[in-house]
Amino acid sequence: MRKFETFSGVAVPMADHNIDTDRIIPARFLKTIKRTGLGVNLFNDVRYNDDGSEREDFILNQSHYRNSEILVAGDNFGCGSSREHAPWAITDFGIRCVISTSFADIFFNNSFKNGLLLIKVTPEQRDALLEDAARGENARIEIDLENQKIVRPDGEEITFDVDPFRKHCLLEGLDDIGITLQSDDRISSFEEKQKQSMPWMQGARV
Amino acid sequence: MKGNMMDGPKTLFDKIWDSHLVEEKDDGTCILYIDRQIIHEITSAQAFDGLRENNRPVRVQDAHLLVADHNVPTAGRADGIENEESRIQIELLEKNAKEFGLPFIDFLDVRQGIVHVIGPEQGFTQPGLTLVCGDSHTATHGALGSLAFGIGTSEVEHVLATQTLLQKQPKNMRITVNGKLPEGVTAKDMILAIIGKIGTAGGTGCVIEYAGEAIEDLSVEGRMTVCNMTIEAGARAGLVAPDQRVFDYLEGRPMAPKGAAWEQAIEYWKTLKSDDGASYDIEVELNAAEIEPQVSWGTSPEMVAPIGSVVPNPADIEDPAKRETVEGALEYMDLDPGQSLTDIHVDKVFIGSCTNSRIEDLRSAAAIAKGRKVAGSVYAMVVPGSGLIKEQAESEGLDAIFTEAGFDWREPGCSMCLGMNGDMLEPGERSASTSNRNFQGRQGPGGRTHLVSPAMAAAAAVTGHLADVRELAADVAE
Repeated sequence: MRKFETFSGVAVPMADHNIDTDRIIPARFLKTIKRTGLGVNLFNDVRYNDDGSEREDFILNQSHYRNSEILVAGDNFGCGSSREHAPWAITDFGIRCVISTSFADIFFNNSFKNGLLLIKVTPEQRDALLEDAARGENARIEIDLENQKIVRPDGEEITFDVDPFRKHCLLEGLDDIGITLQSDDRISSFEEKQKQSMPWMQGARV
Repeated sequence: MKGNMMDGPKTLFDKIWDSHLVEEKDDGTCILYIDRQIIHEITSAQAFDGLRENNRPVRVQDAHLLVADHNVPTAGRADGIENEESRIQIELLEKNAKEFGLPFIDFLDVRQGIVHVIGPEQGFTQPGLTLVCGDSHTATHGALGSLAFGIGTSEVEHVLATQTLLQKQPKNMRITVNGKLPEGVTAKDMILAIIGKIGTAGGTGCVIEYAGEAIEDLSVEGRMTVCNMTIEAGARAGLVAPDQRVFDYLEGRPMAPKGAAWEQAIEYWKTLKSDDGASYDIEVELNAAEIEPQVSWGTSPEMVAPIGSVVPNPADIEDPAKRETVEGALEYMDLDPGQSLTDIHVDKVFIGSCTNSRIEDLRSAAAIAKGRKVAGSVYAMVVPGSGLIKEQAESEGLDAIFTEAGFDWREPGCSMCLGMNGDMLEPGERSASTSNRNFQGRQGPGGRTHLVSPAMAAAAAVTGHLADVRELAADVAE
């Protein structure tokens, strides 16, 4: 996983609440067996016409926002299906950070495992950032994970909370599985204990 | 000692969590042991690639069960899979099962079906264990008292490699449904009413325990319907304390414990209930007697109403963001404020999905379909949840009832719930569907979905519009 470094970029405003993972990446694009290449289908059904041409009214098709790296969204972003294709599509498009008041649980976990930073802010802060984002390329926003702050175009800073473990993994680009395997002995002793006390728990052949 | 490890009354969730805790780090991140994982074709290919890239073996082979469901055709499957991408994905599942030595059910096997149907059906799902799947409706398995939740592909890989997940302990929420459900009102109506009440983010960060007389009165299948849609209320897992009904359901199933192990398991399973005085972070109560058959009118599962009511008027909503969301939903759904829900005509009816494709669902839809005809303007399909359910339904003559009424009787799979396998809505088409999500485009680009119970779906099929099943049921009684 790529290390998460401080950057400033264009933010795209999407104020709708409850933007679900079916909207982010419709199910028919889940036939892929790769993690990459989904960016072109991000928000597919609201982004393109039936003939495949771009819909002018969709914000990511507007010149200001084609290179957006930050997404500012309505409440409960990423609800619905557990598909990790949602953060894969978002990061493949080039977005590295999503800001909202709240995120759905599974989407939240999936995002951090793919280097996508999710930041929770208050409704007032989100609304202010939506206004910044509405100014497109004229208003770049800085994301500083190390110091846990968002720097608005006018220089105002918004600090945010982030889970220390997730922050560490993101900054270092670490793989969860490698970290967990450091506890291999503990996992083995758990398994031994369970085998004694609850022998039926462990697997069964079809 | 952390709070959850202290003595004192515990919730059912706390008990299962504590019994699977391998390690808790200073910041509260836990290594949680995962007993079982079900794996399907859509969210696993990249996980197996990850194992290969890092030269990692599967830690416990027998902890997994692989089956294809999302992408399988529901007709003519013996002739092979026409869509090339689907075929590659399904073949890859089998290849991965063989390469890593994992238990696998072939898509032509009679035991094949939707992951959340076959887990309980095979006895793979059991009380007190932790179970995951790369699918958000994994919450279904909580109906048997299993702590079960959906995960993403990176976590699928994590479980394959380590048999654990890194988690922070969610909060405890209890939803108590008191009293008895009225005639004609089902588990589906109950869960839709619950989501309507607490909202689509009402359970975010929580595990929901369902309790109360109306929950206890439900069959194990009915409890699966309730737990299934827990994710639509934002919570990853739903739980019902296992009781004699669950033990009776499991006894003799192929993967359930046998002999002395069964006796030992039962003893343990009987301890799996919340202690008196256990505390919950959030409590919600509903009166079952007040629940009516529900139908969704919008593009989020919280946008539901009793069938006898009307499409809401956005002008009545004060919060501007909420008002805009509802306006957008009505525009997408092509509905007018104040319109009677029973005036909404449908083009397609889908009876199936991990929410409502079990034998009692098919029986309740067949009871309404019997002796009636699908309206001329409607295409209606029934997709059983598994090959075994299909066989059972056929032995009861349900397939004949459906086909005589003009329903299409199909092979098992996820089908039109998410429109991946070619069973889908065309742009602008409207469905009455027993599935779980009415999101924009969920059943096909531009498709419009109304979520209902199986009996309500059958009622819509035969009348051609959303209809109150209680009125049709009364006709049957006469």
